[in-house]
Amino acid sequence: MILKRLLIAFITLMLSVILSFYMLHKTPGNVWLVQAQQMAQQLGISLPEAYRRIQLLYHINPNEPLYKQFLSYVQGLLHGNLGTSMVNQQVTVNQVIAAGVPWTLFVASIALLTSFVIGNWIGVRMAWKRNSWLDPLMTVFNVISHAVPSFIIALLLLEFFALDLQWFPFNGAYDTSLTPGFNWPFIGSVLRHAFLPILTYVLVLIGGQAMSMKSTSLAVMNEDYVTAAIARGLRERTIVKDYIRRIAILPQVTGLALAFGGILGASSLVETLFSYPGIGQYLVQATNNRDYTELQGLFLFQSFCLIVANLIANILYAKLDPRVRIEE
Amino acid sequence: MRTIRDFFWIIWSNKKAFVGFVILVFFILMATVGPRIFPFNTTVNFSARYQPPSWHHWLGTDYAGRDIWTEIVYGSRDVLLVAFWTAVITLFIGTLVGMLAGLIGGFVDQVIVALINLILTIPGFSLSLILAAVFSIQNAVEFGLLLSITAWAPLALGVRSQVLSLREREFVTIARIMGMSKFHIIFKELMPNVISFLTVSFIGVGSGAIQASVGIMLLGLAPFSATNWGEMLTMAVQGTGGVFNPRGVYYLISPIVCMSLFTLGCFLFANGIDDFFNPRLRRQ
Repeated sequence: MILKRLLIAFITLMLSVILSFYMLHKTPGNVWLVQAQQMAQQLGISLPEAYRRIQLLYHINPNEPLYKQFLSYVQGLLHGNLGTSMVNQQVTVNQVIAAGVPWTLFVASIALLTSFVIGNWIGVRMAWKRNSWLDPLMTVFNVISHAVPSFIIALLLLEFFALDLQWFPFNGAYDTSLTPGFNWPFIGSVLRHAFLPILTYVLVLIGGQAMSMKSTSLAVMNEDYVTAAIARGLRERTIVKDYIRRIAILPQVTGLALAFGGILGASSLVETLFSYPGIGQYLVQATNNRDYTELQGLFLFQSFCLIVANLIANILYAKLDPRVRIEE
Repeated sequence: MRTIRDFFWIIWSNKKAFVGFVILVFFILMATVGPRIFPFNTTVNFSARYQPPSWHHWLGTDYAGRDIWTEIVYGSRDVLLVAFWTAVITLFIGTLVGMLAGLIGGFVDQVIVALINLILTIPGFSLSLILAAVFSIQNAVEFGLLLSITAWAPLALGVRSQVLSLREREFVTIARIMGMSKFHIIFKELMPNVISFLTVSFIGVGSGAIQASVGIMLLGLAPFSATNWGEMLTMAVQGTGGVFNPRGVYYLISPIVCMSLFTLGCFLFANGIDDFFNPRLRRQ
């Protein structure tokens, strides 16, 4: 079963590789010729020499047939080499990703965890206590968070909490006057800088989390064993925690992969607005610079992250839910 | 006629759907006849910049002294056009692929489902972003194509599952036994039952397209027309630094409020339509 999932993930990855290669190939105008001309002019070398250097730097020979170019691209990838930036030849795409990923993953994981815990807690509460004040509040909140996209939430948080009230800094990942390391001022600064981006994602995710948790909890509450538990006079806490939440939380786990994909998609806008140095901001910078190799690498990396996240969610779901294990 | 009256009755009796309907009608009117009633005066007048709302300027003036309300009205056309074309293209591809998968079945179905699952793992917004940079967007149709590049996949999956469950139902079997043509079965028997799903999807995809297109424009990509909500937001955030200027707050808030109101209207109206088409839901 896991083998089949791995195979599907592998095929998906191969198709993303083909797609990202083809995207660069299809750019209007001859990208490599322009690049070679620029290089020849800047370094004062001949055009063939520039082509030779391009071949070394980018693992690509524009004069070769397409399939050979593709093979050498894949060869580079197999060595874990995503290529070199087209704008700044001193920087490899690997370095860009290594610089951005910790920040993006840090913000994404905390946001996912927070919205998962709080959203599910609210969802179960809403299902268990039908006529509480939570229900109308969350319904309205859910509608609003559907109508207002993540970058608008980011923009409003930025405007009010960072610029007007100045409670939080409005750019960067930490105060540059501090030395990065394991010391309290630095950690505090990192948390203060990450707070608004995390809050943005949490506000976007939490409504959907709570509503879907509510509907699965309601379905679970109709099961006989919950009625039996209530009839046996078990404590409310036990019923909610061990009888309802434990089962209702299972589909939510698969939802996490979807939410992670949503964060990756929104990261380009949210990180750009907060000037947060994650891969989303690098993607936007590369787009604005028309840095095609960096775009290619970042896109491929994002696809890779999504594929892995889906794979983990699927395997985890099967592990958690014995019914799926038996079915397959 | 009866269905149209029913439709308005449902909309009227469902408070949420009614609010959504009114919002949508308001914006559609704004985009179609609005620019004629409130002509946009592009004359730059720096002495009148960043004025607060007044009788003369309903929403105040922007960084160049132009009236924000007429700019919003004028800019709504492109935003709604992008949403419209995205929804049309997405629905066309999604319905076609979903129907093919559901009707032909077998190997074709398996291949299509595999393809859809692949597309679902592609980071769609990043792809649109990159393609917007690589190919310069010239008009609303191209923008629609760009935004529907991955959006059709979940829709096709939905159409497929609807067709799969419908084609086992009695009325389709009967039509097949009676020797009705494929054309008849698809357009007279299946389509009317999928139409509710398609209508709700149309609105959903359209409002998603508005958010995505404004997002892409906010990043300075695809500036295909000089005045629309996305460009206004871009100017407010990056171009003129309106974010940092307390007096520029109306210029920043106006497109945000309009966009959010429109997506809110779409969401509420789509829920209402769901009630209209699903009588089982209505009774509950």
